[in-house]
Amino acid sequence: MQRGVRLAGFGGQGIILSGYVLGKAAAIYDGKEAVFSQSYGPEARGGACAAQVVISDGPVNYHLFEEADCLALLSQEAYELYGGAVKPDATVMVDSDLVTLNGKDDGFLTAPFTSVAEEMGNRIVANIVMLGFFTAATGLVGAEAMKESIRTSVRERFMELNLQAFDRGIERSEQLGRK
Amino acid sequence: MTTETRPRVLTGKHFMNGDTACAEGAVAAGCDFFAGYPITPSTEVAERLAVRLPEVGGKFIVMEDELGSMAAVLGGAWAGARAMTATSGPGFTLMMENIGLGVMTETPCVVVDVQRGSPSTGLPTLVGQSDIMQAKWGSHGDYQIVAYCPATCQEMFDLTVKAFNTADRYRSPVFVLSDEIVGHMTEGVVIPETDEIEITPVRRPTEPPRDDYPVYRPGPDLVPPMPRAGDGYRMHVTGLTHDERGYPAMDPDTHDELVQRLSRKILEHADEIIEYEEVLVDDAEVVVVAYGSVSRSAREAVQQARARGIKAGLLRPITIWPFMSERIKELDPRVKGFVVPELNLGQVAGEVSRHTSKTVRGVNLAGGELLAPGAIIEAIEEVAG
Repeated sequence: MQRGVRLAGFGGQGIILSGYVLGKAAAIYDGKEAVFSQSYGPEARGGACAAQVVISDGPVNYHLFEEADCLALLSQEAYELYGGAVKPDATVMVDSDLVTLNGKDDGFLTAPFTSVAEEMGNRIVANIVMLGFFTAATGLVGAEAMKESIRTSVRERFMELNLQAFDRGIERSEQLGRK
Repeated sequence: MTTETRPRVLTGKHFMNGDTACAEGAVAAGCDFFAGYPITPSTEVAERLAVRLPEVGGKFIVMEDELGSMAAVLGGAWAGARAMTATSGPGFTLMMENIGLGVMTETPCVVVDVQRGSPSTGLPTLVGQSDIMQAKWGSHGDYQIVAYCPATCQEMFDLTVKAFNTADRYRSPVFVLSDEIVGHMTEGVVIPETDEIEITPVRRPTEPPRDDYPVYRPGPDLVPPMPRAGDGYRMHVTGLTHDERGYPAMDPDTHDELVQRLSRKILEHADEIIEYEEVLVDDAEVVVVAYGSVSRSAREAVQQARARGIKAGLLRPITIWPFMSERIKELDPRVKGFVVPELNLGQVAGEVSRHTSKTVRGVNLAGGELLAPGAIIEAIEEVAG
């Protein structure tokens, strides 16, 4: 079973780091295979940005996909661009602080990743709030594997904040109930 | 950024991008000198080595351009270093003159080319595989070169280690011919224990230094032992045709003997050098020949074709140069044809055609994105008839 995950937003939100953390959690700490790739171009802070992670039980050959199984959208532009590129049973989550739904989004999960992070004192961890939410909503990678990946990927002095942000994301998802 | 000093070999499982894995392969192989001019999509190789080489006592220098970079790499090797550089198409072009000097002076070194869309500056951030023939023939003159094509981040590590050993074994520049997809993707990479990494350094002279030491007198394997500058051997290193002491000798016999040997020392060891992977080739009627990132799509295509009942197989060159001509000839009578997908207009397809009378169906895109399995499956179906 091969699942395609797309995380999209704008440069500076930590989208690329999120994709790396997710892929590393799957490949190193959860006994799966994963390939992480990113839209690679002259994007600057504020420009469109996307990370793709393919997670599989076996080796990944072709790692690109159009329609995602799991999708997280952290900007209006990302929502407009990728909101429709999903499989019929996909899990889609959007940051309600940054995205206004256009009404044709049955089953999209919404949570205010950015304001949750702001309540914690630093909006820079909105991406990790998203990852916590993502982990609980999709069940694709274990929470412990994700935490280990965060521990080995972020700077020591921000680790506690990131781990707390991850837990807050899980809580937000559980409040909505599993899809 | 961490300030701790890490060991040379980062044993363990990592989630690492291809360029970074290449850099770690170099460090693990004992590389202690890098000279280069960073260029997308190879920049992460330099970026990693700029941090890692100083950690292990090596030297990292950024040169004024790729001409200077390649010259510095050759100088580093003569000073006794395991030397390398990393570049992409435009830089590879600029390095060609000094790569030829490396061939002529039998200077072991590793050149990594992470290919992007070409010609010229082309597509800096997007994939291509169009330097295949340049790797073979890019510098003037007759010579044989060894080039490896990694298809995974693991192979970026493994084949970089191997490239250093091959360069030292045959005293020649050796290429790691990667591409943007493999260079920029991130996946699991297992770095073995130090004692599991085979390192075969260049052979040094066993005789004590003397003024008339024949620095270019080959052993029975056609490869001369290599003294280092400063070891005390009085020697001359030149791109001019030279005798066994290294001094210019402008006569046809010396030239023919030297140039023949430069090719023979590679070709007569082709069996040791040429590596390929086969998937379901034994009973295959259609053999897909694919390398680098495109081989990943081809592997998927072969599996899907099999699921549709077509006897397809994958023949993946790991060593692209010298080419696995004998294997193509062996398969020729058994197959209906070959499918050669590549991100250029048919560079390896042409090479396959030279060794078979059967259909060779190219699947070509000049670059910019990875070929999807679908286009390869269509070609397989067409050749299967």
